[in-house]
Amino acid sequence: MTSLQFIWFILIGVLFSGFFFLDGFDFGVGMLVKSFAKTDAERDVVIRSIGPHWDGNEVWLITAGGAMFASFPMWYATLFSGFYLILFLILAALIFRGVSFEFRANMRTETWRSFWEWASTIGSFCAAFLFGMLFTAMIAGMPIDKNGDMSAHFFDYVNLFSLVGGVAVTVLCLVHGLNYIRLKTEGSLRDRALAWNKVVYPILFAGEVLFAVLLYFSTDFFDKKPLSTTAIVVALVIFTCLAYWGVLGNHEWLSFIGSGLSLISVVVLIFNGLFPRVMIANNPANSLLIKNSSSSPYTLHLMTILTFSILPIVLIYFVWSYWVFYKRLSSPKQNA
Amino acid sequence: MLNLGLDILGLARFQFGMTTVFHFFFVPFSIGLAFVVAVMETMYAIKGDEDYKKMAQFWGKMFLYSFAVGVVTGIIQEFQFGMNWSEYSRFMGDIFGAPLAIEALAAFFMESTFIGMWMFTWDRFNKWVHTLFIWLVMFGSSLSALWILAANSFMQNPLGYIINQQTGHVQMVSFGAVLSNPQLWSEFPHVIFGAFVTASFVIAGCAAWRLLKKDHVTFYRKSLNVALVIGLIFSLGSIASGDIQSRYLINNQPMKFAAMEGLYKDSTNKGEWAAVSGFDTKNHKTTWSVDVPYVLNLLSYHKTTGTVKGMNTINKEMHAKYDKKYGSDINYYVPTNTLFWSFRIMSGAGALFALLAIVGLIFNRKKSQAIMKQRWFLYIMGLCLWLPFIVNTAGWFITEFGRYPWVVYGLLTIADAVSPNVSVASLLTSNIIYFLMFAGMGVVMIVLCHRTLKAGPDNDENTDGYAASDTDLDPYSKGAFNHD
Repeated sequence: MTSLQFIWFILIGVLFSGFFFLDGFDFGVGMLVKSFAKTDAERDVVIRSIGPHWDGNEVWLITAGGAMFASFPMWYATLFSGFYLILFLILAALIFRGVSFEFRANMRTETWRSFWEWASTIGSFCAAFLFGMLFTAMIAGMPIDKNGDMSAHFFDYVNLFSLVGGVAVTVLCLVHGLNYIRLKTEGSLRDRALAWNKVVYPILFAGEVLFAVLLYFSTDFFDKKPLSTTAIVVALVIFTCLAYWGVLGNHEWLSFIGSGLSLISVVVLIFNGLFPRVMIANNPANSLLIKNSSSSPYTLHLMTILTFSILPIVLIYFVWSYWVFYKRLSSPKQNA
Repeated sequence: MLNLGLDILGLARFQFGMTTVFHFFFVPFSIGLAFVVAVMETMYAIKGDEDYKKMAQFWGKMFLYSFAVGVVTGIIQEFQFGMNWSEYSRFMGDIFGAPLAIEALAAFFMESTFIGMWMFTWDRFNKWVHTLFIWLVMFGSSLSALWILAANSFMQNPLGYIINQQTGHVQMVSFGAVLSNPQLWSEFPHVIFGAFVTASFVIAGCAAWRLLKKDHVTFYRKSLNVALVIGLIFSLGSIASGDIQSRYLINNQPMKFAAMEGLYKDSTNKGEWAAVSGFDTKNHKTTWSVDVPYVLNLLSYHKTTGTVKGMNTINKEMHAKYDKKYGSDINYYVPTNTLFWSFRIMSGAGALFALLAIVGLIFNRKKSQAIMKQRWFLYIMGLCLWLPFIVNTAGWFITEFGRYPWVVYGLLTIADAVSPNVSVASLLTSNIIYFLMFAGMGVVMIVLCHRTLKAGPDNDENTDGYAASDTDLDPYSKGAFNHD
């Protein structure tokens, strides 16, 4: 494995971390459109809180996908063709939720507004759940042949472990979304998000523990890397505890950073366990490795230079756009 | 399983065609609208005329709808290479992935961040800064077109690569060569100009329908004027860049060019050009045609003499060149009818756009009322708002069908590129669901645009992004709907 290959493995992890941190909360917020927000006016505020950002957040996914294609084409080809159905459903979910915000705002009848609100809610739930399921299934190991073609059956990727993984990621996104709403709004929505958090966090804890147990039985992570895997799982739980402490003591930034770091820990856990592989095959001989799945040194070198010169500029205006919309949105009056 | 004669390759190709055509309804529309809206807002910034601000906001609404659909359908495009074309991704990853990643990094972030800023900050920044936002969106989306076309150009005309002897995959040796690919620089201006034409004629068409109803006459006449000036400049630009592109094909992809002109036999020195023609594609013959002498040579070489190779000759040459590697069973003929008629639709429409723009600008002179009296003209203009979408599709039909049977010209056939591990059932399901989703989104788009148009520029209903004065600047709440 060359250092460039290593850098790119890390960079793909960084891009997915960015995606889960950012789209994590806007998936969460998207889920809350229907049940959490009670009136039309409240829904407006909830959607408005991610209005200027959701599109930019999703670009992290597109960048991660493109970067994977550029740096590890074999990984990209195997992963995307292998998890065809899950990715197809993810695309459908992302499409529905993506257009829902703009379309809902322009509907005139209650029924159609409601339709697009459901599209946002269900789309966000499904996207978060399916991403969780996909990555959980991926680390459990899949039937991959010598050519790198994966031919998984339905129950290879839909089983107890992947379902728990899916639910855990969904709940994590949900609390992250609630934490975001606590930061971005004031008034009744802010208070309600806090109240909801108190209920949802215990579920999340249960989910994380169950996930860790299944991780032990379903993957080779604890066998191959007992120390680092344990450390990251512990970090995941600590970040969640910190966030929960932020709920109990009403420290909003602490909660938000805590849930964001929990999501990042999940990505770190996956990438740490994968290393030095990128796809785990049931037959270890067929696993895709960092060293034989990447692009040529020329392309990696080129991509490194371009990424390190463009990404900082992107980050500057990306962060600036959040700063511009820093102000809290007020909740509508109750009797409206 | 029930045998419907469906195979992975056919379904994957259908899916690529369908998703790309649908995606490409919105891409040029968005790029073009960003440009036109940016021009309108710049005029507002310079002149301080509130009408131009209203125009930027009003046509900006359609831009936002189109952008949303363009974004979500774009993700399918990126994922689909890995999902349906995994062998292609392995073969091409070293070259194809880089422009795709840079597209996301350099262009998509810029577009998506600044569109958010533009939408929600009408009253927060001074007008020059706010105008800058829409220019950045426009710049970002044009940049994304550049990168994706760089990737496409490699498929049409591979440059700057070697074949890795161990893996048999292409490997990049010169990024400079990938970027300076002449195919790219003949394709990119044509696509961008076409995008500007698309938006201007949609705006002109919408304005024409409202003028027929004598609604907001000043507003729509001004809009019409901006749209037609842009439309005229860039339809001429499209024609010129299209000419460069097609002449480039003669040497580079002669089969594509011959099919566009319906030439089975080599042309004679007289340069007879078939204006319309019928083909017997099975026996590779022209059955009838209406010929005009010299035009073919004028189009091909800008002079009256010369000859152009016909498809039968080129087919033999291709077999001589590739049979060793790919066997003699491959059919090198491209879908002649599709290319021939697509080319005629595209070039005919290009000329029509230029003509309409000139006539429209004359009728719409400031002091003249001609535009209001020439109702027939407004009807034609109104109908032509659909034409750019057909034309854009025709253009891509030529480009993509014309590289048959290759996915990467001369290096990889379409049949070798498809994912071997995806089932017919998966592909069939996804095809059906995509189709339904696209149909649904298409209908909603048309309904929304129509409704926005009907509501008019003064209507505060659906003030998407433009709620005046409120500190909240909430685009989705203030007066957005009338119940409760």
